[in-house]
Amino acid sequence: MVSFVPGGAKVATDGAGFVSANLFQSTDKKGAVVQALFVTLLIGALTIALSAILGILAWALVEGHPRLDADLIFNGPSTVNRATAGFSVAILGTLQIIGGVIFLIVPLGAGAALYLEQFADRGKWWNRLIELNIQNLAGVPSIVFGILGLAFFVRGPFSWGFVAAAGSATIALLVLPTVILASREALRAVPPSILEGALALGATRWQAVWRLLLPAAGPGMLTGIILAVSRAIGEAAPLLLVGAVTFVNFAPSFFEGGYSALPVLIYSYASRAQSEFHVLAAAGVILMLGVLILINSFAIWLRARYERSW
Amino acid sequence: MSNNLVSASSASSFPGRAPVKSLSASSPRWGERIIRGFLFLTAAVSVAVTTAIVIALFTPLPELFREISIVEFLTGTEWSPGFAGAKYGVSPVVVGTLIVVVFALVVAVPLGLLSAIYLSEYAPNKVRKTIKPILEVLEGIPTVATGLFAFFWLKPTLEAATPFLPWSGVFSTGVAGVAVGLIIIPLIASVSDDAMRSVPRALREGAYALGASKMRVALTVVIPAAFSGIIAAFVLGASRAVGETMIVLLVAGAGSPTLNFNPFEGVQTMTAYIASRATGEIAVGSTVYNTIFAVGALLFLITLLMNMLAIKFVKRFREVYE
Repeated sequence: MVSFVPGGAKVATDGAGFVSANLFQSTDKKGAVVQALFVTLLIGALTIALSAILGILAWALVEGHPRLDADLIFNGPSTVNRATAGFSVAILGTLQIIGGVIFLIVPLGAGAALYLEQFADRGKWWNRLIELNIQNLAGVPSIVFGILGLAFFVRGPFSWGFVAAAGSATIALLVLPTVILASREALRAVPPSILEGALALGATRWQAVWRLLLPAAGPGMLTGIILAVSRAIGEAAPLLLVGAVTFVNFAPSFFEGGYSALPVLIYSYASRAQSEFHVLAAAGVILMLGVLILINSFAIWLRARYERSW
Repeated sequence: MSNNLVSASSASSFPGRAPVKSLSASSPRWGERIIRGFLFLTAAVSVAVTTAIVIALFTPLPELFREISIVEFLTGTEWSPGFAGAKYGVSPVVVGTLIVVVFALVVAVPLGLLSAIYLSEYAPNKVRKTIKPILEVLEGIPTVATGLFAFFWLKPTLEAATPFLPWSGVFSTGVAGVAVGLIIIPLIASVSDDAMRSVPRALREGAYALGASKMRVALTVVIPAAFSGIIAAFVLGASRAVGETMIVLLVAGAGSPTLNFNPFEGVQTMTAYIASRATGEIAVGSTVYNTIFAVGALLFLITLLMNMLAIKFVKRFREVYE
């Protein structure tokens, strides 16, 4: 006969819990301390890594805040009126460069990604070559693209001279591999069954791609393009080689005359001796980082907003 | 025998079957072919770009090496193109780059790897989803901004904190390396994180079942299993450091033309040489002008080698676990 004790079940589970805790909990206090230290170390490392971004922002704000005024955006560079010099011409130059970059990378990036994901036969050697080539191109230093721009766009076959178009084309080629890689990721995230359904109903591959795949992968591809544009805004090294002149004082025209770009002018102000220019450079950094953070946040929001789990 | 039987029976099960019709489209679909051709061309642009890079870098070299000997270029220890009695030994700028890379890796490898362990093994999903985009933003910070921060704040601060070290001048290759390290942390962290997350759960659970603690699982199961991916992350980081220009131009500055291993002074790197030379006034086709391409070619070959290595490592961990 089973005797009933009030609260017996609780007594039993408590007892069992106690016994198993004693059996399985590590009695090794040192082990627990090591574990806790390890996690602290991990979080500490991550904190240092993340604080770099805050450090740069904080420094720029502290140094550059006296020059956060309208002159910063509306005045051109000047060595005479140091207190009111600004970035206007450089901003215009950067806008032109960005315009050209978007014009080139949207068709080239999306086209190449579509080809590799949907049309290329991976058994063919040339398709594998293209793929390997894009991966490698993504790792080529930006300054090497500057040399390419110098040899092909400024001089050589195109011979445009030191104009905004040369800078634009150089930067476009520089960011193209990352656009292609990001677009391929976005295309791959769409399950093949969607496309196969259309193909089974008799759609041609292009019809299926155009009406189903592209709308589904669109936001992801757009995110990749926006991130590429934000990289293009901050890229200075290749522009040094394709002639972004730092002290032009007229609005650039795309295929004629000197041009300037925001990061190049920041660099140039920073490397001058007078301290007014250092403040100006820091203010330029705030301007540039502000724009970039806005663009990046938009891209991240876009991705989160349209991210679909299939 | 049985094979024959099967094929015979399957053939006979469709008596009077119509002649086999091709499953491919009945019309040639020219529009489709043109689109396909266009897409192929856009993909081929990247190959054309690589070819153009190789042509741009290597065509001026025969002319250059008629004027200076290739042996002097590769083994000489003085680098002063454009000066009186110019010397063309490339090793001083290569050493500059090397110092930057070493310092960058000393900073970025532990910080990046530890961050990755936290993100992949410890972080709650929500934390991970917040931190990953922040790291992405960090990776996208223009290097001019990082360079200014390092030159105007980091270098003076470090110098004030360690007056016993032999600092000299406004430039420091070591600080440049530390700053480059800061910008490659996100790259190392995210590539290693991907590698660790692709380690199958079963491996971890096996270790847990044997009584291993979380730390032990991370250190003795996940890291060895993701090892090739982690190495790929380090190699990619190093390759980024080799090619970094604006930070080293600002912080390491222009250095002495002779070999200099002192990280507390400024030393010119390969990228800084290219950038500073190209912005100066030099005659097209002169020996000095051509050295830009020679140093660029060397830079290109070094980074290409590193990237190929990284791609190989990444492929290996993908093959094992996917």
